[in-house]
Amino acid sequence: MSLAELICPAGTPAALRTAVDAGADAVYCGFQDATNARNFPGLNFTPDELAEAVTYAHARGTKVLLALNTYPPAGKVDLWRHAADTGARLGVDAFIVADMGVADYIARMYPGVRLHLSVQAAASSPEAIRYYCENFGVKRVVLPRILTIPEIRQIRREIPCEIETFIFGNHGLMVEGRCSLTNYLTGQSTNMDGVCSPASDVEYVRDADGSMSSQLAGFTIDRFGPEEKAGYPTICKGRYAAPHRPEGYYAFEEPISLNLSRLLPELIEAGVHAFKIEGRQRSKSYVRGVVRAFRAAVDDIKAGREANIADLIALTEGQKQTQGAFETKKWR
Amino acid sequence: MAVNTMTKLTLGPIAYHWSADARRDFYARIADEAPVDEVYLGEVICSKRAPFHEADLPATIERLERAGKTVILSTLAEVMLKRERKATEDLAAMDTPEIEVNNAAGLYARGKRPHRIGPFMNAYNDATIAWMAGQGATHVCLPAEMPAPAIAAAAQAAVALGLGVEVQVFGRASLAVSARCYHARAHGRTKDNCQFVCEEDPDGMPLRTRDDRPILRVNGIQTLSESYVDLLPEAARLIAVGVTHLRLMPQAVDMVAVAQVFRDVLDGRVPTGEADARLATLSGDAGLSNGFYHGTAGYRRIAAAAPA
Repeated sequence: MSLAELICPAGTPAALRTAVDAGADAVYCGFQDATNARNFPGLNFTPDELAEAVTYAHARGTKVLLALNTYPPAGKVDLWRHAADTGARLGVDAFIVADMGVADYIARMYPGVRLHLSVQAAASSPEAIRYYCENFGVKRVVLPRILTIPEIRQIRREIPCEIETFIFGNHGLMVEGRCSLTNYLTGQSTNMDGVCSPASDVEYVRDADGSMSSQLAGFTIDRFGPEEKAGYPTICKGRYAAPHRPEGYYAFEEPISLNLSRLLPELIEAGVHAFKIEGRQRSKSYVRGVVRAFRAAVDDIKAGREANIADLIALTEGQKQTQGAFETKKWR
Repeated sequence: MAVNTMTKLTLGPIAYHWSADARRDFYARIADEAPVDEVYLGEVICSKRAPFHEADLPATIERLERAGKTVILSTLAEVMLKRERKATEDLAAMDTPEIEVNNAAGLYARGKRPHRIGPFMNAYNDATIAWMAGQGATHVCLPAEMPAPAIAAAAQAAVALGLGVEVQVFGRASLAVSARCYHARAHGRTKDNCQFVCEEDPDGMPLRTRDDRPILRVNGIQTLSESYVDLLPEAARLIAVGVTHLRLMPQAVDMVAVAQVFRDVLDGRVPTGEADARLATLSGDAGLSNGFYHGTAGYRRIAAAAPA
């Protein structure tokens, strides 16, 4: 039977306490540096803050997972090793890793601490997942958001570890851990620096005709009419022109959120052990609302009751949402 | 003076959906005329394309080897479907030629038998390279986005372990892969009924910003840089820090001439500045860039420092 653990984002100490209080089974967080994939200004934890967070969470039966899920460039590996040392010393319940060198270090130095394979490792086949299980003792894989439920069910049968899937939040389009789009335009790397379409490079420029351009590092990622709400310039959610689409179109994906609340029972049945909510960059009140609603839904399903998902739909009201690849491979 | 005549020039796998005829002609010319030492073959991007050209592989391998080239077969970057798992397993089972692995599924299938690490494997650092070497890796191609200090540190570690070290020095940089086909999407189709529309764009489908600035190229599930990476001016530095192999990625330009330009510089026959101007001409409308190497935005072109 699937445990259906709820894994919740903690971008700040306050968000962590909020998620714990709202019923998270585990929270995930990172340090204030390049060792995690949400290295955004104002987010993440100092070692002292993490120590307090672990105490707070453990006192309430909640686990703390430390994201060390970026790829250290040669010459800087010590930053990741020190982060692992600190996490182990503070008693985190698992490390979320992507880089083989980092995984190997933790497996050798801290064999008693669980390793989870980050979505940034992009392991999307039973063979790839088994590689990490057999070599580093990985206990859980966070699956890329590209698989259908029948495919997840099949993978579950062929791997020796638990499965965690994203169920809510940002809908990443590219294979995680293999994307250098941000570095191409801004000089900051998603893999090496933990940065994606950074706010420091964002500008909104009002054009003469009243339309608004949202720009990243001087590149127009999208343009909005005077009546449209200008969106954040995330490269893979921008509108571009192609030879067959001179008018401009969402070449990769629309600005859209993942919401799998309707699929929870099927995911549990397919053998998914843990559900991940994206959003370490989100506010405390957002975290509170989302975690509470999913806590209730998961508890209902586990108790054999019909889950009331109206609250979850309401959370994304006014925003487009998708079940992405999980529902149909036509998404591809 | 020759920069280094020991340095190997390699030709990476064709990223695009070139027709079987185009591929035959291309590799015949490479075999006969291109001063490259090693050639990577095989479909790396989309498993649906493989049936169009895999029947020609044995003849292509034979032709290239007869011309004195070392041939390496590259595995898929994305492995998810049954046919992709099978293709990866089949390649991993081969004794010859060598294989270059681009997905952890390939590492799993290969076990500890010798193999090369491809650019999609994220070998960013000394610890990872040491791990891979311990598992049978003989050679590593570094990710295209690595800056010079990281390349130097990674190369030093790899050389100390006896590994070959490769860096892409020409052609569009791979910036992302996805499960979704963006070529099909542009034509209102899905991956399963794509009708191989990617064949229309032998150098990728250009995307322009809404204020008409070229920005990216789409190649099926892959997104590439608009500009061609050009590290010809940096080649001497790469070799000095231990890089043993320089990779040219096939683009829809005269690749024999491109290879000759690099070879001429490596052999000391043509000054770098003159050779680089020639490379710009050969590259046509594509801008040239070296930003990743210089630790800045990848699309940028940083002028070479004046020689001391």
